[in-house]
Amino acid sequence: MRREHIEKSAAEIAAQVRSGRVSAAEIVEETLAHVDLVDGALGSYLTVLADAARAAAVRVDERVRGGEQLPLAGVPLAVKDNMCLDGTRTTCGSKILERWIAPYTATAVARMLDAGAIAIGKANCDEFAMGSSCENSALGVTRNPYDPARVPGGSSGGSAAAVAAYEAAVGLGSDTGGSIREPGAFCNLVAFKPTYGRVSRYGLIAFASSLDQIGPLTRTVEDAALAYDAMAGYDPMDATSIDRPVEATASALREDLRGLRVGIVREFDTKALGPDLDRIYRQAYGDLERLGAEVVEVSLPTAEYGVATYYLIAPAECSSNLARFDGVRYGLRVEGNDVRAMYDKTRAAGFGPEVKRRILIGTYALSSGYYDAYYVRAQKARTLIARDFAVAFEQCDLIACPAASCPAFQFGAKSDPYSMYLMDYYTIPMSLAGLPALSVPCGWTTPADGNLPMPIGLQLCTPLFGERLLLGAAHAYERATNHAGARQPVLDGVRA
Amino acid sequence: MASETIDIRYVAKLAALALTDDEVETFGRQLSDLLEHVNALSRLDIESVAATAQVVESRNVMREDTPRPCLDRERVLAEAPQRQGAFFRVPRIIAE
Amino acid sequence: MTAGYEAVIGIECHVELRTRTKMFCGCVNEFGGEPNTKICPVCLGMPGALPVPNAAAIEHIITAGLAFGAEIPAFSKFDRKNYFYPDMPKDYQISQYDMPLTRGGAVRYWLEDGTLKECALTRIHLEEDTGKSTHAGSGDGRIAGSSYSLVDFNRAGVPLMECVSEPELHNAQEAIGYLESLRRTLLALGVSDVKMEEGSLRCDANVSIRPSGSSELGTKTEIKNMNSFRSVERAIESEIARQIEVVGGGGRVVQETRGWDEVNGVTHPMRSKEEAHDYRYFPDPDLVPLEIAHERVELLRTELPELPWQRFERYTAQYGLAPKQATQLLDNLSLATYYDRVVDASGNAQQSSNFVLGELSRLANETGVAVAESSVSPEHVAELIALVEGKRINSKIAKELLARMWSGAGSPAAIVEREGLAQTTDPAAIERFVDEVLAANEKVVADYKAGKTNVMGFLVGQVMKSSRGKADPAIVNELVRKKLT
Ligand SMILES: [Mg+2]
Ligand SMILES: [Zn+2]
Repeated sequence: MRREHIEKSAAEIAAQVRSGRVSAAEIVEETLAHVDLVDGALGSYLTVLADAARAAAVRVDERVRGGEQLPLAGVPLAVKDNMCLDGTRTTCGSKILERWIAPYTATAVARMLDAGAIAIGKANCDEFAMGSSCENSALGVTRNPYDPARVPGGSSGGSAAAVAAYEAAVGLGSDTGGSIREPGAFCNLVAFKPTYGRVSRYGLIAFASSLDQIGPLTRTVEDAALAYDAMAGYDPMDATSIDRPVEATASALREDLRGLRVGIVREFDTKALGPDLDRIYRQAYGDLERLGAEVVEVSLPTAEYGVATYYLIAPAECSSNLARFDGVRYGLRVEGNDVRAMYDKTRAAGFGPEVKRRILIGTYALSSGYYDAYYVRAQKARTLIARDFAVAFEQCDLIACPAASCPAFQFGAKSDPYSMYLMDYYTIPMSLAGLPALSVPCGWTTPADGNLPMPIGLQLCTPLFGERLLLGAAHAYERATNHAGARQPVLDGVRA
Repeated sequence: MASETIDIRYVAKLAALALTDDEVETFGRQLSDLLEHVNALSRLDIESVAATAQVVESRNVMREDTPRPCLDRERVLAEAPQRQGAFFRVPRIIAE
Repeated sequence: MTAGYEAVIGIECHVELRTRTKMFCGCVNEFGGEPNTKICPVCLGMPGALPVPNAAAIEHIITAGLAFGAEIPAFSKFDRKNYFYPDMPKDYQISQYDMPLTRGGAVRYWLEDGTLKECALTRIHLEEDTGKSTHAGSGDGRIAGSSYSLVDFNRAGVPLMECVSEPELHNAQEAIGYLESLRRTLLALGVSDVKMEEGSLRCDANVSIRPSGSSELGTKTEIKNMNSFRSVERAIESEIARQIEVVGGGGRVVQETRGWDEVNGVTHPMRSKEEAHDYRYFPDPDLVPLEIAHERVELLRTELPELPWQRFERYTAQYGLAPKQATQLLDNLSLATYYDRVVDASGNAQQSSNFVLGELSRLANETGVAVAESSVSPEHVAELIALVEGKRINSKIAKELLARMWSGAGSPAAIVEREGLAQTTDPAAIERFVDEVLAANEKVVADYKAGKTNVMGFLVGQVMKSSRGKADPAIVNELVRKKLT
């Protein structure tokens, strides 16, 4: 199999395309051929945009010849299928939108394309981004490129698998409670959720509006910075996007951590994760110290309530956000004798069990008599969690902790909903506080139920708008350790 | 936050979801389990705590009253599950 | 009303705001048009689309609140009201629940006899309108019995002001007075077209009755489907009568929503309160809170125009116009403004009113051109009034002149001068006309002398005619009478 260009980082691909050594068209052809070869088994993409990608490559090559310095020239992009791309099927991994063609493009996607990236396909995800394994997609199975018997994580599992398997150099994911970071950790990637409001949500099909945030999944920290720099910034179409200047992060990448204080969270005791993960995380914290950081202990006393808080707020918002899927204007309809019956049947047939569960719990939490006891209480707990971080950040510049409590698991391993919800234990608190956070590869472990080593992610997090510091520090750690480069995905096995 | 049994059929009606008897049973149990976990929040002393609806404090984000282009009608109606001429068609509405 | 009972009425209005674009998107806000042409991802509730509030709509609500003396809280926010309906694209409405843009205030209004009253407001808030369903298959366009509906989303997302009154109205006339004043005020502020026939003003009435003198509120019913002020009046009257009959017959009024049946002139039950919706209001996480700057509010306050009820007081108390005249003027804002300019120039409020509401309005009706748009300037009307007041011309000539001015003849004083139209007040000259007429009408004169005194008017008319209308009618009258006796 020829992977001359596409195993390179996005930064390298873009530099080559800009210099004229290779054309965007060649990159796209190589990518499409590779997707052809591996995606039948991997299932990263729900829709491959071969023709559109070829046409886009021609335009990018023209722009490059015209002298435009495109930061992502010719970079193959996987777009999570909960983001609208004009004229393409946008399913959210749901039967209710299985055939829906979006008539407009999400702002974040448009900015990536404008920077020269080329959308290769729409990537699989848990239905409406609800899940941590991609198993909730109603439209397909996605496998982990490091062990096809395992899940890629979720909900941005398709984007993660695509990037890990060289089907794209950058994947766009959305993170509500960990949906970028967890699949990123499972697939040996850098997985970055920016500050809430930094990247426009316009065109991102909402799960929980006050938490959803688009971010990149990449094979290097530098690529994450390039993608973020292309996407971030105020969008007049999103009233929750933040109207303040974005400082480029690609120019802030560091080689060491001198002068920084890194907080280790007392309540996140890694011994509970087993000896192997405990060892990996201790080593990671030690590496941070060796890079010049002062490691201090901080406390997030309310963080343990994150999952409970999240599973009220996110469902409440989703119960309302998903009301619009009613069979009237677009998407699936199942006929009924009257409009009420049509709604009930359409939604019963169109939504999978996890989506129904969350709609029901959210509807309940908002309903008359329960609103204060559940929804308002959760919002208050959210305040406490955010306050914990504020206090912790008085003692440190960034926090380091696990990205997930285990490596990628086998299909069907988490059948009880709540055990799946606990997958986001380490990522939810940052989401509730709106903080920028990322997962960077920090080691490998071979799970007891398998024989292939699986990647582990270290989560780093800063105060709001700390993206430069966050990506800068992650870059120093990545350079010093290079855990990601230690192994290759098992693409040949998949092909067979 | 006392633990209570959820009137799952009432909630499903509000949410416009037809549930089978099996689903009523399964979801009812799962939601009760989840509420059990969620009830941990009652251990927090939150009387005097302000609620957070939006984590990044921002105010008065508005747009100028300036028109923008609309969508092409044919393109929109092409997505309609059922159309009649220039309209979206829906089954009989029962007055509520 | 039947003795012994008092009605208590509160009115809830939904008013579409006049803005260039919709509430949360850039689609044009215009009535009607080809179905489903004024739609975009946002107002069609497409997946991924997000609302961004229209600054002008927010200012309109604050302006309206200020006009009614409402409090403008420093903090406000948008909430979602969740319920499924086919013409509501997102299946929730963005509205305001516990923090409306304005609180309190009152609508001052007047009754036909000129009595000024007021009705307190609970709140005014901002929300988005729904699309429009046409019910088909039943033959009469009504929802009952229809077999399917057709939906047009052009109206979906139009900014809508909800204005809720306290239950302080006591009969249909007060309700109409309130609504008229609300309508006139919103028109004067330029925040809405307030056209009930186009649906830009829609209202529901909460009606209850109680024994006269009681301060407790009875069980109320909510009346819907009233399509004109006239139907509001009839519906309220009919509902009061129905409730009195129910209670008088030993029954109890049931809390319910009732629809007004225009054809049969009765209200009928639509749904009872037990089936009330559980709207699950919560703060819209797609929108951020509003902080209304005190300075901005004060600036808007200084920009308020003179309000209709203030004008009504000026016209009646200060100018001495009859309530009916004042109301007529206020029903047509451009006419009232025109009138004010005529008064400013003439200093004669009553004569100005006579001309503006009389001959000028007649000409406007006849030609389809509004008075304010006509070629007659207020200054020229004032000139005409001065000519009449100075007895330079009589009212008949004045009328003729106005018709010519309407066609663009310009200054009436100049015409009078040029054409020698000034009134003849010289008794000797008028006497010659009188003598001629009496000589030419011997038979009529004989009739008069035989007791048919009503021919007097004919003779006066003939004299006026032969003077080409210039003779002073008072002198003509006096001379004719004198000569006949
Ligand atoms: Mg309303
Ligand atoms: Zn629109």
